[in-house]
Amino acid sequence: MKLHELTIKETAQGLKSGEFSALDVCKDYLGRIKELNKDIFAYLSVDEKGALKQAEEADGLISKGKAGILTGMPSAIKDNIMVCGLKCTSASKILENYVAPYDATVIKKLKEKKAVFLGKANMDEFAMGSSTENSAFGVTKNPRDLSRVPGGSSGGSAAAVASNMAVFALGSDTGGSIRLPAAFCGVVGLKPTYGAVSRYGLTAFASSLDQIGPLAKTVEDAKIVFEVISGKDPMDSTSVDSPAGAKEFDLKKIKVGIPKEYFIKGIDAKIEEEIRSAIKKYEDMGVKVEEISLPHTDYALAAYYIINPSEASANLARFDGIRYGYSAGGKDLLDLYMETKGKGFGPEVRRRIMLGTYALSSGYYDAYYLRAQKVRTLIKKDFEKAFEKVDAIFTPTSPIFPFKIGEKASDPLSMYLVDIYTVSVNLVGVPALTFPIAKVGNLPVGLQIIGKPFGESTLFNLGNAFPGN
Amino acid sequence: MISKEEVKKIAKLARLAISEKETAKYQKELSLILDYIEKMEKADVSKVEPTSHPFSLENVVREDKPEKDECANLVEMAPDKKDNYVKVKSILK
Repeated sequence: MKLHELTIKETAQGLKSGEFSALDVCKDYLGRIKELNKDIFAYLSVDEKGALKQAEEADGLISKGKAGILTGMPSAIKDNIMVCGLKCTSASKILENYVAPYDATVIKKLKEKKAVFLGKANMDEFAMGSSTENSAFGVTKNPRDLSRVPGGSSGGSAAAVASNMAVFALGSDTGGSIRLPAAFCGVVGLKPTYGAVSRYGLTAFASSLDQIGPLAKTVEDAKIVFEVISGKDPMDSTSVDSPAGAKEFDLKKIKVGIPKEYFIKGIDAKIEEEIRSAIKKYEDMGVKVEEISLPHTDYALAAYYIINPSEASANLARFDGIRYGYSAGGKDLLDLYMETKGKGFGPEVRRRIMLGTYALSSGYYDAYYLRAQKVRTLIKKDFEKAFEKVDAIFTPTSPIFPFKIGEKASDPLSMYLVDIYTVSVNLVGVPALTFPIAKVGNLPVGLQIIGKPFGESTLFNLGNAFPGN
Repeated sequence: MISKEEVKKIAKLARLAISEKETAKYQKELSLILDYIEKMEKADVSKVEPTSHPFSLENVVREDKPEKDECANLVEMAPDKKDNYVKVKSILK
């Protein structure tokens, strides 16, 4: 038995029974990282010393019989989430030497359970991208096929879990950044309901869209992590306590909607085939399936690519060469700002700042930003109407298989189009789960299940019911 | 197609130094993206209220008392500092 192949649940059982220690588990994962990270590059930094110390502390708790389910669990944390004392670069040159001065709330919660932090995971710079190619420090490779991208922006988190370099990971999802890499790497990913998880200590990207969530090997493991990190936090005014899910779950009482607008040209035929076959499996188990319509779907990506850069251009104004990290110097204050941002930010980050600045600038605000916010209302109403009839919505997570490294690097719009099935969820604020349902060759196919606000328990129940999960 | 002058104006508003070569690149890329975004024009948004957040928000208040002082840690991260202060270039001539 290899320790790094176990799930959270299996690892917890072994720790409880004394079959192995948290230190054994930690050392096994560190060995795995040493062996694989040079090829996959899931981790930007590894904190070997800290992880070993945390594992020893976890063993102390276990020996006292005080262990929780995440005690001693080795994790990878996306590098835009602050772990006090560790570098937090958001994969950007502008924060290359930035050390987190405090813990994000999710990290505080994991520390209370004595989870172990192996290191910080690679990502697209400031979480802007769908391939992890926008990292300032190098590309993460897809563990299922090293010539392909892992998806993004939480590509390091997904690759770490997929290659057993962590038992779980945290990512952030602004328009698909947990779900797309989870689908590309063949792991489970959850984008929680907006507000279910505190964003305190997460580098702000697009604040009305961002959520932190888990990536794990199984649906059950994702649920375990979600339950630990969620909850109201006084440090994030948008956070709330999730109402408890219904205790009883009966597949035969569940109604699922299949939005006809999600099965159009552009989707890979093999992906569509696998998704349809997964839907059939649910039908065979007694789930009622019906076609629904989300009529404004075609506008979602356009509205998203106005709202997202607009919020980003405001949030990233703080990286000015004065308060954090890199400073280019300059002859006067304006020069310092211009040079620091011009040299510190990579091409995609600058592209989004420009796009957002344009959309918010005088004369264009009504045509772009205000219109996008109105379209957002239309999309929200589509989902509200759909959820009057159904309990969950099934869609593909991605229209295409993981693409080759470099394939879309020179065409930003084609990269944006990869997010076509994931962005609406963030605009509306609802939760969505993705898990692998099949493989075509080496490449996994992910099914996305979208739920009602705070309907995470329905998503987990549906996910667990899938044959083989 | 947006003009080169517009690209330069946006870059200045955003405080981004960009080269002449980049100006041409961004002109092309931003125009392509904005062309795609044009499709929003077909949506009927008359009588539709804008949405800024997924759910309605409530203000959060706390007692006005000092908490753990993180000041030194935060100032430590600034590239230019003196004593316990962040140093900024002079803004008045």
